[in-house]
Amino acid sequence: MEYSFADLWLTIIGFFLLYYAVTDGFGLGAGIICLFSENNEDQQTIMKSLTYIWHTNQTWLILVGGMLFGAFPVFYSVLFTALYVPAVIMLLGLVLRGVAIDFYEHSPLRRFWAVIFGAGSLIAAAAQGLALGGLLGGIIVKDGRFAGSIWDWASSFSLLIAVGVITGYVTLGCNYLILKTGGDLQRRMQRYAILFSALTAVFSGAVFLGVNLRYPRIAEKWLVKPEMFHMALLLIPAAAGFIMLFRSLYSRREAAPLFWNAATVVMGFAALSVNMYPYMIPNVISPVTIQDAAASEKTLVFMLVAMGILIPVMLVYTMYTYRVFRGKV
Amino acid sequence: METLFSHIVLSRIQFALTAMFHILWPVLTIGLSLYILTMEIMWVRNKNEAYYRQARFWTRLFILNFAVGVVTGIPMVFQFGTNWGEFSNAGGDIFGHFMGFEASMAFMLEAAFLGIMVWGWKRVSPRMHLFATAMVALGSSLSAFWIMTANAWMQTPSGGVFEKGRFIAESNIDAILNANMPWAVSHMWFACLEVTVFVVGGISAWHIFKGRHVDFFIRSFKVVLLAALLITPLQIYLGDGSGRQIAKIQPAKLAAMEAHWQTNGPGEGASWNILAWPDKREQRNKWSIPVPGGLSLLTTLSADGKVRGLRDFPIEDQPPVWIPFYSFRVMFGLGSFFFLLALWTFWAWRKGRLRPDTASRQKLLMLSWVAALPLSYVAMEAGWMTREVGRQPWIIYGVLKTGDAASPIPAYSVGGSLMILTLLYLILFFLFLLFARGIINKGPDEEGR
Repeated sequence: MEYSFADLWLTIIGFFLLYYAVTDGFGLGAGIICLFSENNEDQQTIMKSLTYIWHTNQTWLILVGGMLFGAFPVFYSVLFTALYVPAVIMLLGLVLRGVAIDFYEHSPLRRFWAVIFGAGSLIAAAAQGLALGGLLGGIIVKDGRFAGSIWDWASSFSLLIAVGVITGYVTLGCNYLILKTGGDLQRRMQRYAILFSALTAVFSGAVFLGVNLRYPRIAEKWLVKPEMFHMALLLIPAAAGFIMLFRSLYSRREAAPLFWNAATVVMGFAALSVNMYPYMIPNVISPVTIQDAAASEKTLVFMLVAMGILIPVMLVYTMYTYRVFRGKV
Repeated sequence: METLFSHIVLSRIQFALTAMFHILWPVLTIGLSLYILTMEIMWVRNKNEAYYRQARFWTRLFILNFAVGVVTGIPMVFQFGTNWGEFSNAGGDIFGHFMGFEASMAFMLEAAFLGIMVWGWKRVSPRMHLFATAMVALGSSLSAFWIMTANAWMQTPSGGVFEKGRFIAESNIDAILNANMPWAVSHMWFACLEVTVFVVGGISAWHIFKGRHVDFFIRSFKVVLLAALLITPLQIYLGDGSGRQIAKIQPAKLAAMEAHWQTNGPGEGASWNILAWPDKREQRNKWSIPVPGGLSLLTTLSADGKVRGLRDFPIEDQPPVWIPFYSFRVMFGLGSFFFLLALWTFWAWRKGRLRPDTASRQKLLMLSWVAALPLSYVAMEAGWMTREVGRQPWIIYGVLKTGDAASPIPAYSVGGSLMILTLLYLILFFLFLLFARGIINKGPDEEGR
């Protein structure tokens, strides 16, 4: 099998997406927790734990959007046309959440803005789940153009994934708040984290099963060497990550749960991608491969050279920001 | 077929709304970050607390403005895919990678250091903080560079070939260095500085007028006045240069901007219309107030230089005339007013009328600056309207028409998102003004670091 620049680019964008899913995942998750917390003090702690960094985290989504546009213009155009409705809902959620955290500091109506922040987070998370469901459910494409209905994404399968994504984000949010808070709030988060981690494990399994049941071509991979080893190589650590996550929660560690949680997300998604390879838009009739969806090789190489320099720089200064704002709220 | 409420028309309205609303915020982000950076440099060098207080006060307005810019920017990134799928497909190979560069090179830098710039005062050293502010300023200006490069590429596409419905890159460097890029980047970057000059100047003038925190606001007022003396004439120069380039690269746009229908014959000059009533159906002006030879002189620097008229282009390739003609005049008129205002204020300064004890007596001058604040945004929006409406019917000039670029989605879905966004933006705008008023009226903190 030959690998191309497009594959490399998919890996890079996959990394951006996972970075986003983990970091804004805990941000959105903490926001959802904020929505359901009745205590004003807890809300303030949660909002404050995010004030400095939610923005950097969310920027990775913009990076994913920009990079997809650059490296996979066909995919970008088809995907967002097909997912018009979830995309608009997600934007609505992100706008509400973004202004709420900013206006929270300026307005006397603190509780109101905390609720808007939480509601925006929930809307955005649900819409991301529905969008992922729409993609995994298959988008009808003809001659490199979207040829379905804009409601194709609305299915029970998408709903399952949306609930799964919300659950996953809440788990990340709990584990983040375990790291950033103390006292009563932290103890409650530790309890919730165990419950939600278990739910996330169940939903992840269901999504895997759902994708494989839906696409025979993808399911067949479990019978082919070496693909089955590749997937196992990623799935076994993902499962082990879950065990480590529970262990760290039971032993009341502070930083370890977030780490293991992030590890399970990364491994799980990587396994799903290998499972789906080489399809970018899985579809029973007309799947779109990574190669079909990519930009010209000239552009891919040009961007690759620039990114080779930029990615390390971005990671360095992002890590530095986290370091400056480390510690409890 | 474009009917009144087709998905194409609605997508156009939605794009115009979201783009015109979004651009209000980055212009101030770009300029104000540079203003704050300047204040911080002065503080680190001179150890004068007055500059520290400047940086702190304007940062509060900065972050409020920044937040609205970000949330309104996210719909922009995704809208090319959601509403302009055919454009993304056709132009994505070039346009898309500009968006990618903007996100990774510019926006990421801005976003990461923003936290330190706004909330990191007590957590890092003054020098590190200065560095963070510099990175935010650099990031926002780089962002302007990439966005304007992308937009300029839509005006003068280069660096590849258009085949089988897609523009395929041959030289990405050539695409970046497209003909319109230097003019587009510089004219817009200076527009950001000019808006900022009048935002800082207008707010300062309001406080001076009211006699509040006069020492503090005289300082900011004088800083931006010095900047205005440089920026306002330079911007007129850049606008003039842009116009002359447009005459070469997009003659139909220039003709629309000037309501110039008939190409002038040899030996006769094209006249410049001060005002006109363009009638596209009859392909002439119902009436106009012409300055004979003016247009030839302005665009070719010779009294009888040839300027192509709109009738040289088939009707279906002509842009609308009313909007470019009048928005151009609004921009040009305001740009000239800003230059005169800068000169007038400088003259008042030389006469000793801008001392803390005398400045608040300059009522008309101060109120002119207050008026210039919203007017600077009007000038900037008018410029964009000239540029974008004048490019029509093309989305990528000479390559792809806007009518062929939209995503094939039902009109009701675009109508729905348009309603949601309109409502949301109205609320956002109102809340921004409310909270900004709070920040401005509260004024600077009295205590230092």
